[in-house]
Amino acid sequence: MIKPDYFTQLKSDIRFNEGLHACINCGTCSAICPAAAFYNYDPKQIATQVQSRNEQVIENLLKSDTIWYCGECMSCKTRCPRGNTPGLIIMALRQLSIETGFFAESEKGRQILALKRVIGSNILNYGYCVHVEGISSEMHPEQGPIWKWIRKHAEKVYNRLGANYGKEGPGALRKISDSNLKELDQIFQVTGAYDRFDKIEKFSKKKATEMGYNTKIESMDPYFLMIYRHNSEKHYKQKA
Amino acid sequence: MINEGKIRVWKDYQKEIADDRYFYVRSCIRQNFFPGAEKTFLRIMRDELRKDVFEDPRHTTCTGIAYHTDIVPLETIMTTVARQFSLMTENGYENIVPSCITSFGIYTEILELWEHHPEWEEKAKNYLFKSTGREFKKPKNLAHSSDVIFKYRNEIAHLAKHCLVNKETGQPIRVVEHIGCHYSRMFPQKGIGGAEYPFVLTGLAEAFGGEVIDYPERRACCGFGFRQYLVQANRGYSIACSKKKFESMAPYKPDMIITNCPGCPYFLDRWQYVISEMEGTTYGANGYGIPVLTFEELAGLMMGYNPWDIGLQMHQVSVEPLLDKIGIEYDSHDKYCDAEGIFMGKPEIPEILKFC
Repeated sequence: MIKPDYFTQLKSDIRFNEGLHACINCGTCSAICPAAAFYNYDPKQIATQVQSRNEQVIENLLKSDTIWYCGECMSCKTRCPRGNTPGLIIMALRQLSIETGFFAESEKGRQILALKRVIGSNILNYGYCVHVEGISSEMHPEQGPIWKWIRKHAEKVYNRLGANYGKEGPGALRKISDSNLKELDQIFQVTGAYDRFDKIEKFSKKKATEMGYNTKIESMDPYFLMIYRHNSEKHYKQKA
Repeated sequence: MINEGKIRVWKDYQKEIADDRYFYVRSCIRQNFFPGAEKTFLRIMRDELRKDVFEDPRHTTCTGIAYHTDIVPLETIMTTVARQFSLMTENGYENIVPSCITSFGIYTEILELWEHHPEWEEKAKNYLFKSTGREFKKPKNLAHSSDVIFKYRNEIAHLAKHCLVNKETGQPIRVVEHIGCHYSRMFPQKGIGGAEYPFVLTGLAEAFGGEVIDYPERRACCGFGFRQYLVQANRGYSIACSKKKFESMAPYKPDMIITNCPGCPYFLDRWQYVISEMEGTTYGANGYGIPVLTFEELAGLMMGYNPWDIGLQMHQVSVEPLLDKIGIEYDSHDKYCDAEGIFMGKPEIPEILKFC
């Protein structure tokens, strides 16, 4: 049996090397971290665990909800007296969790499929990470009545505000032409984004089948809706 | 000696900002939620300050949200950013000005990466050429659009028709500012005032006569957290972060919030509506919320632009209480009219949050 080499794989990620020099476990990052205030999460512990180089400990992390609690605000970078960035360690751990398929073992990890399908298709179809046509009030009730009004009158509202909604030429919400979308497509091809997309779909499909879902590609199927909405409520700090 | 020391220390919190000839790259979020803010930025820069700000319609998202939701690798975002630099180079510009703070953070991070690890710059060149046949030069100057407005804040204030003063009391308007995490958390030396002494918005508000409030959670995140908002199951994180800020600022009775990042005004606006629906709590006076403006919207208002031409009708929290305090006249009917002046109908009224 080949021994896992997760630590070596983490060390091959430049963000891991930039993010972890030698943590002195002072806890400054945990004090400033918004995720630590909300979730049962402690970035100091993440640094301690990966520094241990214990392969089993790292594998457990890769399969856990823990590495998906961070909001990547990078508050930890500003205050660490040693110049570490637990947020960058998290980004390297998440990448490895996707590569190994371990993301599918946790509730929060499984959500990566929803992000891939929503943000990924926005970029490839529109050239934007988010786009008004993909932001429904049903999926975003927090948008309030104003968003319903904006979407109902989208063309007129955007036109009044100087946008170039859905048309060729410069301006906000302009149509990104097919030739430019093709360049993005080629960049995704060459730089490994599509490989990552394929891994997310492949491991998600396997997990969906295990969980009794019949998942399709690129649609808001029941598995997608489950991972997008389900919250087991087990993620939070216990009140004293 | 003490003053010399202070000046030396303060130099660490300032940055070089180009004078003119800017290559402008738009923000995904701002284009969808605050398109009038970008229009206002261009109007002030081009029509009032007579600066050359160029936009190439071929530019796309930088993929920043995809990168920070971990769905694309570093190599992908780095190459997409290199493509934006390629468009800048092709058009003969050397100063890049992103509208988005996430993009600004990404551009900063990538330029730092290339500075310290030149082999990554070579990688970017190879990836870009292989995928698109393009080549690029790095920008000579990178500044967020708020940095540029900050640079010219006194000139803008000189041209302004209004100031941030309560017309009834004569007292300064009380302002909460929020610079956004990715403006300077990763690279404090690249932001005016760094991460600890945020000054990019403070300087603007003060130039217009406002008073900036220092409050305990001033530097805390608005709660976007990328996947923490974008996945419905995680949105408790997002609203909890915003609520923490509202609870912290409310005792200081701010008249308004101004923001730097395109996402923050959206969250600080919409979560006030949600908190009112969930808990019955409102944070402004008389059942209203605290109006949340982008820095461009604030500058446009001070210039005397019609509030409904700069997009203030796209906010869920009504801005009219602020306009009334300053003494800015507005036409309530025009708020919901299209460009031809035809009334489009009003949005539904929230149950708790007062709305104009």
